[in-house]
Amino acid sequence: MCRERILTLLLVGSVPLAATAQTVPSPVPAAEVFTRESIGHALAAPTPQAGHTAPSQANAPPDDGQWTMPSKNYASTRFSSLQDISPQNVAQLTPLLSFSLAVNKGQEAAPIVADNTMFVVTAYPNYVYALDLTRPGAPLKWRFSPKPVPASQGVACCDVVNRGGSVDHGKYIFNTLDGQTIALDVNTGLPLWRTQLANINLGETITMAPLVAQGRVYVGDSGGELGVRGWLAALDEETGKLLWRAYSTGPDRDVLIGPGFKPFYAADRGTDLGVSSWPPQAWKIGGGTVWGWVTYDAELDTVYYGVANPGPWNQEQRPGDNKWTAGIFARDPASGQARWFYQYTPHDEHDYDGVNEQLLLDMPFAGQMRKVLVHPDRNGYVYVIDRRSGQVLSADPFGPVNSSRGVDLQTGRLILNDDKATRLGRTTHDICPTASGAKDWEPSSFSPDTGFIYIPHENICMDWQNLEVNYIAGTPYVGADVHMKPGPGGHRGALTAWDPVNRRPAWVVKENFPIWSGTVATGGGLVFYGTMDGWFKAVDAGTGKELWKYKVDSGVIGQPISYRGPDGHQYIAVLSGVGGWAGAVVAGPVDPRDGSAALGFINVMSDLPKYTTAGGTLYVFWLPH
Amino acid sequence: MCSGYRIELLMSVWLLTGCHHASHDQAAVTTERTSNGVIASALVPGMIHGASSSDPRAAQYYENPQAVVEGKRLFSQYNCSGCHSNGGGGMGPDLMDNQWIYGDRLEQIHQTLVEGRPNGMPAWGDKIPDAQLWALAAYVRSMSLPQTIAANTGDTPSQTPAPVPREAAQDTGWSPPPGTTNDYTDVIKGPQ
Repeated sequence: MCRERILTLLLVGSVPLAATAQTVPSPVPAAEVFTRESIGHALAAPTPQAGHTAPSQANAPPDDGQWTMPSKNYASTRFSSLQDISPQNVAQLTPLLSFSLAVNKGQEAAPIVADNTMFVVTAYPNYVYALDLTRPGAPLKWRFSPKPVPASQGVACCDVVNRGGSVDHGKYIFNTLDGQTIALDVNTGLPLWRTQLANINLGETITMAPLVAQGRVYVGDSGGELGVRGWLAALDEETGKLLWRAYSTGPDRDVLIGPGFKPFYAADRGTDLGVSSWPPQAWKIGGGTVWGWVTYDAELDTVYYGVANPGPWNQEQRPGDNKWTAGIFARDPASGQARWFYQYTPHDEHDYDGVNEQLLLDMPFAGQMRKVLVHPDRNGYVYVIDRRSGQVLSADPFGPVNSSRGVDLQTGRLILNDDKATRLGRTTHDICPTASGAKDWEPSSFSPDTGFIYIPHENICMDWQNLEVNYIAGTPYVGADVHMKPGPGGHRGALTAWDPVNRRPAWVVKENFPIWSGTVATGGGLVFYGTMDGWFKAVDAGTGKELWKYKVDSGVIGQPISYRGPDGHQYIAVLSGVGGWAGAVVAGPVDPRDGSAALGFINVMSDLPKYTTAGGTLYVFWLPH
Repeated sequence: MCSGYRIELLMSVWLLTGCHHASHDQAAVTTERTSNGVIASALVPGMIHGASSSDPRAAQYYENPQAVVEGKRLFSQYNCSGCHSNGGGGMGPDLMDNQWIYGDRLEQIHQTLVEGRPNGMPAWGDKIPDAQLWALAAYVRSMSLPQTIAANTGDTPSQTPAPVPREAAQDTGWSPPPGTTNDYTDVIKGPQ
């Protein structure tokens, strides 16, 4: 292995570096990453015979054929029980209609279906379309233009994306890039209320999909690359009035930590750790944004959400554990008070945000059924966490990992690999996973029929050098020179069917490009996902065998859905439109000759313009009948 | 405006002390600023080429090797690189190509730095000393020159950017000689 590495270095040395910036670099050798068996840990051996893994009925009620929130249900299974489309007939799946979104930027939203109307929100300028599914061609019922401030584009770190809205009680609720939460009347498209939450002059934007549950709307900020201070806000669903706001850093009173806070691990106990785990005042510009998935647990009446990376990326400017970043909070929905916290990556030094989805499942563990949340993190591990206590039951790598050596399940702490620490004035090579993680925001799905979690993810590593950086409000606060490269094997993406009970992949589908789309699993035994080079695919949920694919107009980074149309039949919908951080080389104003562009992602994606162009289209698929 | 004034003071401190550490002031960089009437784009309805204004202060920043070296240092210090990377772009547009939305003469680039631009370019006019803005403008203009691209992409051991040639001040616009740069994005071949 050593000899191979030397050869690789010699080859790179003999070619002008400018040329390598335009071609995809060599993959990291397989021997550079740890095996799953060597760093995966669990508190007990698997006991699959102890019960069937499934969400509870409170969190995943019987499927009504609609798709009213991006996660489908509170459990976030993104599972449609519809069975019309199956491995036997999926070859006949064909487009029924397409609809131009009039925005050629990264489209990350899930289409929403409620009362035979489909709602779509686009990337900036955040148009909202309502389409009438009861009429041929699904004509427009209304379009709403929120007119976000154009300058918000200049403080959006990674394309001007939007991850979707939700329908609840006659309202379509979504966020705008310039920091508003807006509720529209589903019938008229007129705003019922709009609340300004984020301030672009501080670098704050909003890209996440709000969660609507029990009369409250949960919204968090983006801007972790601009020295913002992260928060989650709860709004009254009827009025848009702010009920509470919990900051991710700072004193306990700001973080809403009080007597009810009972973290499982000792490292999270103490007073004002959100101040004392930082250099003086650094918590004020320390990131910890909340731009990913918020989940409501109807059984335990608890809200869970992940917190993003600490800032700046240059870890040498912020010694300490940097609480409460790169972890997960459980909170009381009414008061916002914290119940527990767990830090996936204390003192993160690789941009491992903790914002990915959490699936709420009842799962056999150590011989009995446990109420758990399952979370595939950017740092490369699938965590199974007892959602009452915040205790980690198991943590296993699902992608290439060498930045850490597993999770110590006694202390809960990630064990860092010092060889992959990041430093000023020195490049650390072949760090796995990369800054965008073994997996980024793109959400997984779960099928109660197979018991597998379908994780769309990346196989990318990176070289990293810290740079000194100044804080100037409203400008990037990063401090790192990053160049990404493919992980072992050279494929840059994978769809992994993860068996959470037996702690191993059931099967893996390799993709040339990182998978930046969500997945949806169906009762017909299929899993749908899209690729960045523009294929929308269906695979067998049991085996991963590719059964159908269709080439759309641009790369797919959206969240596919499955719903029952007015005629009683099953339909599949997805947005195309490549972009996002990974797709900046196509959707953004970027020159591929500079590998450090787009925070280092260009280095590993410089060939994407050969495969796809910018776009933005809604596609609906059906079995002709 | 008070907040902007505080930032200027803080920057003066950095310059005096050479200290690059962060201020923790939550002051905002305002992105809205009224134009002082200077033409910001070479595209002027009803006017012919050559009629737009020029700024006599610009002259000394052409053919000026010190200015571009200083500009490159400031480009990093003021977080320009956070959005524009080493010229390849990201949050902001790339600066390695020869497309100039708001004009490519130094006084036009200076104007963009002073006023900001509506899609997210902050206005730096009252926050960075004017001489530094001119040095930044010179470096930004230099970023699409072959020697600077080579320096910024590691194609050469030298990291020295090229001074801006006098020809770049021509009102008709000026591009580096054919074949030396900017050809990369003209033709993209599909996967082989």
